[in-house]
Amino acid sequence: MLESLLFIIMSLITIACAIGVVFQKNPIYSAVFLIQTMVSLAVLYVLLHAQFVAAVQVMVYAGAIMVIFVFVIMLLNLNKDDLEGDRNKLPLQKPAAIILGLILVVMIGVIMTRTIYQGAQGEYTPEVMDQIGNTQLVGKMLFTKYVLPFEIASILLFAAIVGAIVLAKKQIIKEEK
Amino acid sequence: MVVPLTWYLVLSGILFSIGAVGVLINRNALVIFMCIELMLNAVNLAFVTFSRQQNSMDGQIFVFFIMTVAAAEAVVGLAIIIALFRNKATVNVDDINIMKW
Repeated sequence: MLESLLFIIMSLITIACAIGVVFQKNPIYSAVFLIQTMVSLAVLYVLLHAQFVAAVQVMVYAGAIMVIFVFVIMLLNLNKDDLEGDRNKLPLQKPAAIILGLILVVMIGVIMTRTIYQGAQGEYTPEVMDQIGNTQLVGKMLFTKYVLPFEIASILLFAAIVGAIVLAKKQIIKEEK
Repeated sequence: MVVPLTWYLVLSGILFSIGAVGVLINRNALVIFMCIELMLNAVNLAFVTFSRQQNSMDGQIFVFFIMTVAAAEAVVGLAIIIALFRNKATVNVDDINIMKW
């Protein structure tokens, strides 16, 4: 009972904040709404017995990635035209996009509610997970079964750091010449 | 299980659709990026739900990797937006058409 009440409240907050992200004119408000969306998704992860993912969601998404977003919004010093967004070159764009979105919701909803789950059941039931500990299980799998993807992910992050520095530095090199 | 897992999947579908609509109707490149993050989050929720359904840990590991890719994508994308803003002084995607033939 408490669980379904919590689910309903958190999902309503999530959907409301997601709509806020899309329809706010000022990008800084969109960013704040997106942070709230991610924090309420972390609560849903706890309800699904994925405590490690919930903690990483708050730390990496709401903490790190959104800080970059807010930092860039502040850095860019947008003019009024950018803040107010569309100058309505395509008047039909908004209604058409919303109708297509509703069609997408219906399609995904029909597929999701009619899904028949099949395939082998794993051995990590919530009871087993609570006994061993979710974080310990994630760590064990990361360094045994998924050790190669883990290393590739580290190379990807390294490439992203190098790429960001190169892209952001280009202008300075040009000015020196 | 008190809450049916289908509800989580439907919530994930709704979030994904809101993100897709946001990409379609917004002109600000930063907001479009945030909507892409929203769609990635919706997929993460579906992954965790399926992982719970199958009593398996693999879905949660995949969420971990998706977060890594999302972080890399956000960093490189925002660097591109900063570079564009230096050249064109706008983040409106209608004005960013220098790669159009």
